Amino acid sequence: MRLPLLALLAKEPAHGYELKGQLEQIFGDAYPSLNIGQVYLTLQRLEHAGLVRSQDVVQTARPNKRVYELTPAGRDAVATWVEAPSEAPRIRDDFFMKLALGPLAGVTDRLGLINRQRRHYLSVMRGLSRLAEATAEGNKIPRLLIEGAMMHLQADLDWLQRCQEELV
Amino acid sequence: MTRVGEVPCCDGPASHVLLRSVGLTKVFRTDGGPVHAVRGVDLWLRRGEFVAVMGPSGSGKSTLLHALGGLEPATSGEIWLDGQRVDGFSQARWAVLRRRHIGFVFQFFNLVSNMTAADNVELAALIGGASRRAARARREELFGELELTAQADAVPAQLSGGEQQRVALARALAHRPSLLLTDEPTGNLDSTNSASVLRLLSRSHAAGQAILLVTHDARAASMADRVVSLFDGMIVDDAPLPSVPPPRVTARDVLELRG
Repeated sequence: MRLPLLALLAKEPAHGYELKGQLEQIFGDAYPSLNIGQVYLTLQRLEHAGLVRSQDVVQTARPNKRVYELTPAGRDAVATWVEAPSEAPRIRDDFFMKLALGPLAGVTDRLGLINRQRRHYLSVMRGLSRLAEATAEGNKIPRLLIEGAMMHLQADLDWLQRCQEELV
Repeated sequence: MTRVGEVPCCDGPASHVLLRSVGLTKVFRTDGGPVHAVRGVDLWLRRGEFVAVMGPSGSGKSTLLHALGGLEPATSGEIWLDGQRVDGFSQARWAVLRRRHIGFVFQFFNLVSNMTAADNVELAALIGGASRRAARARREELFGELELTAQADAVPAQLSGGEQQRVALARALAHRPSLLLTDEPTGNLDSTNSASVLRLLSRSHAAGQAILLVTHDARAASMADRVVSLFDGMIVDDAPLPSVPPPRVTARDVLELRG
């Protein structure tokens, strides 16, 4: 979560709750919201690393708030991150391991494994469809994120089918 | 004639079953010998139920759909529609059955190219037995629901793929079929148009339409009440989908954003 927080701070200084709120606004319900404790912990680490600095702002009738801003090093770090190409996604796939190694553990019903996995993927797909329906059309970032998740899931299901063709 | 109720099948009273096949097979005779496309399929669909059939290409899912709609005669086995055994029907009787009771939507819209969108739909209602006035009213109602009113007078070539598929859906529903059979309805559409066709299918199902959908599109299948998986012409899984999806599914269940 370090770089997204730096990216938000590149726009303007903010305190922890504002950063959490901004991320929630950008990604909507498409992505789980951050834990505020995690936000503050990350900000502390960024400060130790010299990428942000903070100062307490006195508020009348409310406790002081700590406002964070980017240091020049932080600004460089964001620019480098944004501009560098990202690695191809590394999908963590526990299921394929089960499928490959299941027989060693005495699980010989690969079709059963595949069927259960397909059911699970389809129910996640159903959840994503509902989420997509509930997300307004103008909300482009969350909609694209959900669409991307659905496309990955479709690829997982296609792969499952290939496994079935070759292994069952 | 025996009633479908005499054959034990799915849970619930037999009168709730709209479509049922028993030991259905389809063999194509080819120069290279017989091809067993469908090998003993027992399938059932309740009234108002939405069932998706998934499977790799060549698994027999389209052949199965065509056999269930009488477009391609089955080699053996039984087909029951609405309590009536129909597998032995002549082509002429099948044609009557389809005009009255079955709607089709295919991947390649199959609209009549020199007729307007409105006429394509009204014709289906007329053939299904509606009066001219009723056909027009039904078409207007469907075009309203499918957001096609502005396209009523266009011919298919003037419409986008998504619009053509919505017209095809209106045509399939024009005669208020008890059963909608559809084969890859999103197969030729981009993501936005797919989503809109799926929303309409889902809405029509919510209004009580029974649907049998053949697809490899997992998003389409995930809208169904049940997903049947076909492999090598046989059913290998028959899974009801939970009516309530797992709570709080987000994109992170599939992909994790880093940074």
